[in-house]
Amino acid sequence: MTPLPVLLTPGRAALCRSAGYGLRGLLGGNTLAVVLAAFCFSILAGEARAEASAAGLLGVLALLLKWAPLIFQGFLFNLLVSVLSMLAGTVLGLWLGLGRVSQFAALRRASSAVIQFFRNAPWLVLLFYCMFLLPFSVTLPFATIPLPDAAKAVIGLSLPVMANVAEIVRGGVRSIPLEQWESGEALAFSRRQILWMVILPQCLRRMIPPWMNLYAILTMSTTLISVVGIQDSMTLARAALVAEGRTELFIPMYLMLLSWFFLYCYPIARWTTALERRFQVRI
Amino acid sequence: MATGMEGIADFFRWLNDAHGVNLSIFYDALDRSRFLEGLWTTIELSIICILLSLAIGILGAWFQGSRFGPVRRIVQAYIQFFRNTPPLVQLFFFYFAVGNQLPHVLDEHGMLVPPISNVGWAILSLSLFAGAFNVEIFRAGIEAVPRAMVEAAESLGYSRLGVFWHVLLPLAFRVSLPALNNNLVNLVKTTTLAYAIAVPELLYAAAQIWSEVLNVREMMNVLLVTYVALIAVLVALMGRWERALHIPGYNP
Repeated sequence: MTPLPVLLTPGRAALCRSAGYGLRGLLGGNTLAVVLAAFCFSILAGEARAEASAAGLLGVLALLLKWAPLIFQGFLFNLLVSVLSMLAGTVLGLWLGLGRVSQFAALRRASSAVIQFFRNAPWLVLLFYCMFLLPFSVTLPFATIPLPDAAKAVIGLSLPVMANVAEIVRGGVRSIPLEQWESGEALAFSRRQILWMVILPQCLRRMIPPWMNLYAILTMSTTLISVVGIQDSMTLARAALVAEGRTELFIPMYLMLLSWFFLYCYPIARWTTALERRFQVRI
Repeated sequence: MATGMEGIADFFRWLNDAHGVNLSIFYDALDRSRFLEGLWTTIELSIICILLSLAIGILGAWFQGSRFGPVRRIVQAYIQFFRNTPPLVQLFFFYFAVGNQLPHVLDEHGMLVPPISNVGWAILSLSLFAGAFNVEIFRAGIEAVPRAMVEAAESLGYSRLGVFWHVLLPLAFRVSLPALNNNLVNLVKTTTLAYAIAVPELLYAAAQIWSEVLNVREMMNVLLVTYVALIAVLVALMGRWERALHIPGYNP
């Protein structure tokens, strides 16, 4: 690497430079500025059109503010679904991933098949599958548990999460050098003890960034539940648009919803990259 | 051949009568044609979106190396926006919000129609979504190409575009293939979202069939198996391509 006076493309140096992790960086300053500009522009354009069409109507901004609390409740429901699906998917995926690295070939192969299947199936199709084919209630010997649509949706979303978490677990366990297993054995730990007391604590840190990434993807996918008929922020936004019947409201309304998701998911993405970078140094 | 098809149809008719497993797409001509058309639409949609998103990825990676700060910042904003918002909301934003603002045009029958159909919006929206990921993937690939390569090309008198097109991109492309593979698989899975704006793709066709024939269980399983098979084909093709592009001795 001699510092020859070769004309390098200046852009490439800038690519390697990372933006700060201050509030502005964390909120995606540039992107947010662009979105906000588009949002304001669409509102202004809408106001102009509303004024031109009829006097005395509520302005676009007033309409947005009127509907925002309701749609925000839907957004919170999306977040609730994402948290529940992530919890269920993580618990199931942990076991599936451990099955994938088991010493029993049959268990390994079966888990691999399950993982491949659920990773390759589209999320929406899996969601449809659960919505239509799960029963309305589950009858256990001691009680009958009703299965509302929202619960089915959580199950439907947690299936692909499970498969992806299993892949993350497998990747994490594989990233630990074999010597760790061998030294554990040399200290007369059982296989289960090695796994839970030596291997998993070490790979947990490496599994966090991809796990967070998966959570962001899941949060964005929760809007799919509106397609199968559950009332979430998307359903409510569309209902509001239909109720008002004002075409100039369409762009601001969807931009508002998009920016909420952006404000929630982008910091997670930034945090993930930051963690990745930090863990990379320590390895 | 004809008797073979008849035999298959008879078998599935018997399966329905004797066991109640109603796979109407195998014996009912209408359902079969609907299913195959849906399958074909999904394949078409996937191929067009893959090509468009690759073009966006290459173009975006080129613009990200731009000398002008604002251009880089715009590309960055595009990537971050499309990566961190739900693709379904993007699709609705384009189809319902942007599509509504465009002036309608007269078609050949003299009807007022929107200038871009729902298929068009689906292609645009999905390509932009997958393209945002492709830009990042190509950029990572370009960063993996040793600086010395660029310097060598520049000393040979290549222009900036020449370096990008003849040196950086071919090498970066090979580095990016595994990540690209993942993203394209994801894109094919995401084409199911087009169902929400009534694009007659596979999921839509299947939903039509099961709501008429009332064979939800069977069609669901057919649907899952079809998608898993489609993606297996894509993965196999990409694997073959990866091997074909492999340069002996170049292992980044």
